[in-house]
Amino acid sequence: MSGAPESDSEDDGDGDERENDGSRFDRLPPSAEERRVAGRPTREDVLDWWADRYGIPPETFAEQSFWEKGSGKIWAFAGEGHSPIAIEGLGLTFLRVRQEHWKPTSNAIQRFGHAATRNVIELEEGEARAFVAGHDQEIEWDGDWGYLIVAQELASEREPLGVGLYLHGELRSQIPKGRRREF
Amino acid sequence: MTVLERYEPLVGDIEAFRAACQQPLPSVVRTNTIKADVGRARAALDESDIGYESPEWRPGLFRLDTDKPGSTWGSFQGWWHGQEEVSAIPAPVLDPQPGERVWAACGAPGSKASHLAALMDDSGTLVANDRNLGRLSALRFNLERLGVTCAAVTNRDARNFSMQPFEFEEFDRALVDAPCSCEGTIRKNPDALAGWSEGYLDSVSTLQRSILERAIQATREGGSVVYSTCTFAPEENEAVLDGVLESEDCRLVEFDLALDHGPGITEWQGAEFDSSLRTAKRVYPHQNDTGGFFCARLEVGG
Repeated sequence: MSGAPESDSEDDGDGDERENDGSRFDRLPPSAEERRVAGRPTREDVLDWWADRYGIPPETFAEQSFWEKGSGKIWAFAGEGHSPIAIEGLGLTFLRVRQEHWKPTSNAIQRFGHAATRNVIELEEGEARAFVAGHDQEIEWDGDWGYLIVAQELASEREPLGVGLYLHGELRSQIPKGRRREF
Repeated sequence: MTVLERYEPLVGDIEAFRAACQQPLPSVVRTNTIKADVGRARAALDESDIGYESPEWRPGLFRLDTDKPGSTWGSFQGWWHGQEEVSAIPAPVLDPQPGERVWAACGAPGSKASHLAALMDDSGTLVANDRNLGRLSALRFNLERLGVTCAAVTNRDARNFSMQPFEFEEFDRALVDAPCSCEGTIRKNPDALAGWSEGYLDSVSTLQRSILERAIQATREGGSVVYSTCTFAPEENEAVLDGVLESEDCRLVEFDLALDHGPGITEWQGAEFDSSLRTAKRVYPHQNDTGGFFCARLEVGG
């Protein structure tokens, strides 16, 4: 399982935004030099993570800016906004950071996962039904453990369904309760 | 007199109108072009066991032969979104373009807001607002399921909406799909008229007018505002627009709608409305086997 990027302890400590504020969105700094809030990942970190973990090229996210609201919850937004912005939602909940292993959201996987070249597990239809219903299942997988893109074929192409956590021979569905379906 | 009998002078074929209002609605989904083109959505339907028809007036709509449109791969993937057929009317009438600043003033639960985002190719800024916090969670859920990234979601009263959170001062376009008495949803919700009263018409039309006025004020000169409701009551439709034509700098403009419909009316129960109200469009349930709907397009500035 791939870990988070190296700890980013380069907070320069200036300004009045040293701590994350859960009531508003703050844009991620482009790189470590511009960072003001300790522990906040940079845009560069986020792009590197998607490229390292799933082979998704950074240009996939060219239209997206990345924002943190609440500690470690990253959102992807294609529109205009100045940082900070105190509103209810800004684009798509995208990625959980500030824990050892970063975790993409299933909605982000469905939106951006098509370009993935690794850590993608493709399921048969029956397995896919169990996965979207929220069930864990024993499945063989030779690749890395950790958060995988779970996909199936739909209308003749591979289509990402969401996030699964692969550990000890078991694929654990990470589809959030409200998104689960039984059919 | 039942509520709907009020409108029999307007609807044309009264018997067909009465009969249609008693029928359940077909189950309709709209292809979400942010996640799938119409061809792939059609291919996914062909792979399923669900029969469907494609209404001719709007590519990407499918009438499904199921009462559970949510229990499909296309729904889970966000390739399509279940919504009333007539609710696909206002977004193309507003015709938002990629890169624009667009306001969905009463955006929950998100069928029309997500349609706006799709027409924008998920590019630009869609401010999707709703005053009701409970409905806001449905709005956010639907926008995320449909993969919308261009939307900023706000929880404000549209009547005095502030541009303060944003780095721009005006919208290019705004959709006011107003809270209304929902008479036109009688086929979906047989209880839709249970709380109806003329007093409610008075209070809701005051609210509608205030929201529409704010939308016009927040839209740039030359920009567009679409006003829509799912109700037949002229008090909530033409009368609201007639008042706004007097109070704000705007005019009603023509638009095309490939569904059968009637024109907006210019008089009702002794009141007369501006002749340009004829450019508005009324859709009755019997005309296309849909719910009822009202839609008008305004241009801001003389």
